[in-house]
Amino acid sequence: MALKGLDIFKLTPKTNCKECGNPTCMAFAMKVAQGAVPIEKCPHMSEEAKAKLSEATAPPMKTITVGVGEAEHKLGGETVLFRHDKTFVSKTMYGVWVCEGCFDGKIDAIKAVDYERIGERMYVEMLNCKFTGDAGKYVELVKKADAAARTVILDCDDTSAAEAALEAIAASKPILNGANAANYAEMSALATKYGVVLGVSGANLDELHDTVAALENAGNKNLIIDVTGADIKETFANAVEVRRAALKNQDRTFGYPSIVNLHDIAEGDTAMQTALASVFTLKYGSIIVMDGMSYAQALPLYGLRQNVFTDPQKPMKVEPGIYPLNGADENSVCVTTVDFALTYFTVNGELERSGVPMNLLISDAGGYSVLTAWAAGKFSAGSITKFIKEFDIESKIKSRTLIIPGKVAVLKGELEQNLPEWTIVVAPNEATGLVPFMKDYK
Amino acid sequence: MGFKRVPQKYSASINEVTIGVGEKAIKLGGENVKPLYSFDAEIANAPKVGAEITDEGYDRTVASLAAYYEGCETIADIAKKAAAMPGADFLAVNLEGADPNGANKSVEECAAVVSEVAGAVDVPLVIIGCKNADKNTELFNKLADLLQGKNVLFVSCKEENYKNVAASAGLAYNQKICAESAVDINLAKQLNVLISQMGLKPDTYVMNVGSAAAGYGFEYVVSTMDRVKDAALAQNDAMLQMPIFTPVSSETWSVKETIVSEEDFPEWGTRDDRAVQMEVSTAAACLAAGSNAVVLRHPKSVATISKMIAALV
Repeated sequence: MALKGLDIFKLTPKTNCKECGNPTCMAFAMKVAQGAVPIEKCPHMSEEAKAKLSEATAPPMKTITVGVGEAEHKLGGETVLFRHDKTFVSKTMYGVWVCEGCFDGKIDAIKAVDYERIGERMYVEMLNCKFTGDAGKYVELVKKADAAARTVILDCDDTSAAEAALEAIAASKPILNGANAANYAEMSALATKYGVVLGVSGANLDELHDTVAALENAGNKNLIIDVTGADIKETFANAVEVRRAALKNQDRTFGYPSIVNLHDIAEGDTAMQTALASVFTLKYGSIIVMDGMSYAQALPLYGLRQNVFTDPQKPMKVEPGIYPLNGADENSVCVTTVDFALTYFTVNGELERSGVPMNLLISDAGGYSVLTAWAAGKFSAGSITKFIKEFDIESKIKSRTLIIPGKVAVLKGELEQNLPEWTIVVAPNEATGLVPFMKDYK
Repeated sequence: MGFKRVPQKYSASINEVTIGVGEKAIKLGGENVKPLYSFDAEIANAPKVGAEITDEGYDRTVASLAAYYEGCETIADIAKKAAAMPGADFLAVNLEGADPNGANKSVEECAAVVSEVAGAVDVPLVIIGCKNADKNTELFNKLADLLQGKNVLFVSCKEENYKNVAASAGLAYNQKICAESAVDINLAKQLNVLISQMGLKPDTYVMNVGSAAAGYGFEYVVSTMDRVKDAALAQNDAMLQMPIFTPVSSETWSVKETIVSEEDFPEWGTRDDRAVQMEVSTAAACLAAGSNAVVLRHPKSVATISKMIAALV
């Protein structure tokens, strides 16, 4: 847990020499406490004080990088248990469980789910390759998985099979999830040799803690903790206990990202896996492995993940532009609202339900809701006019009717002045009134 | 050396509210740990799952729902069938047809539906009003009288109509009420304070702190619930210790992912599957964030979520 500014101040020379670039030692201490500058910036700090501070100011949970290129992902690095305390930083990754027998049957469906939602690519990021006993076939499986441009998880506790698999695909930086109390020394040697992240599991939290501690003592701190237990209850308890120990109770041994394998605790029950994946997305699963990922599962899960991992200080925004709805063409009426994602989705949903073809125009309103954007001057007659000119709407769309949100009815007059060719129509105040309004309007 | 466990048990707890009467009555809340953290201390009452029907019964355009309710001719049949869903703890009747902007059914029509339902089932009943607060005031007043002695939960009263609903359903007819606010801890607390000032006891009302379908601003739901539970347990804030009641299905059955047809979005798969996955995902996330009860429409969702609760608690 980070020290307070005052605690750090006590360790500084208190001479205000300014050599660190700050006006006073106090100012420097405050910045160190926030993590803005490293303690080494102070040339007069004693070695003893530095050691004490770097230990205390080290992040409580490590950030682990897996995969390469497009399949490179960062895991962990969280500092809070609840997003309102600051923000979550590394979104949960979803993986699909594959084996030699089922890979060919699953891969097309996995690849089919690949779409964009508010600027984020939604797809299955990882493939969990299960070792089932034949090292030769296992190498074939991991090669196929690697060729699919996903991060591979080697779900394998057999050292010789693991080595053969690593020999084949180590360059793609897969995760070797296979260390346990019995084999951790050999597995760690392999992971180190091939430069990959090692997944650690244990029969219970005590054994898991001891194994991680032993690996750390041996110098391997490039780890992921497999929190999957014997059943759903134990797995949930493990996921929470591990994260809470690291972030709240200063137990650095558990300060690693986690992996949850739903295949092991809810095999074959698709709806249950969706439910559990939702729970573990909120409560501390860094990687969630499922039996499959259909579109029906992906739509809520990826939406949930996108919501939960947004920074509370930065609103989600959609791209400004023309969004044709219900088969709209250049003759369909124009409707406008702000770019705040929640407003966009609510309005978009209601407009689609009305079935009336229209062009939804989204201008840059700073990611605020209608009234907030209006109050901040980011959604005004001027900004809407500017958008219509900049996006060359008048040559792209023939309709000269613009429907504006009821909450900014006050803009009507000014818009009519700015856009003399246009008819400005005021919609209801709330999105719930849009369906009857649009139907009547048509 | 092993792992040093630090169980996080609080001295404060969530209020316990009973819905229904007799053997099948259910208790919401009562726990003194964070949502589903049964490893910290025993959870007094596991979260509950309700099966929802509407004044029209069910959505006949969803094939698997139609199959489940096959052979049901009256609303009483439908109510019985819904109450019998494996895993359902209570029955919720959503009177969405009462909305003046919709079918605008009269209070008498709704009362006829509700009394038929109430006569058919013995499980705890929850009445969910429409989107119009004024209509709900009228509706709840009539229904609270009609359902006297059944200890029914009325969902919801808002800032606009809490006085009337609390006075009639809550105080005059001794029913339970739900205070609804829009994903903001301060609004939730304010409404609870106002209701308590009307003279309602802490064990007579629950709250809906707002909900959304997964992907539709769910971060506000999570953060509101996280903060509410933290205030209730860690800071012993009596005005936020009401159990959280979340009508999940009313949100999830109206989003694009659930309603668009398979013809328009062939790659998305059947509506049946999408409806279930959206409902299940949202409900599971609500429970993980703090809901003490969720309302669902599809029998498969009800079965899955109740199974998940049983596995966790």
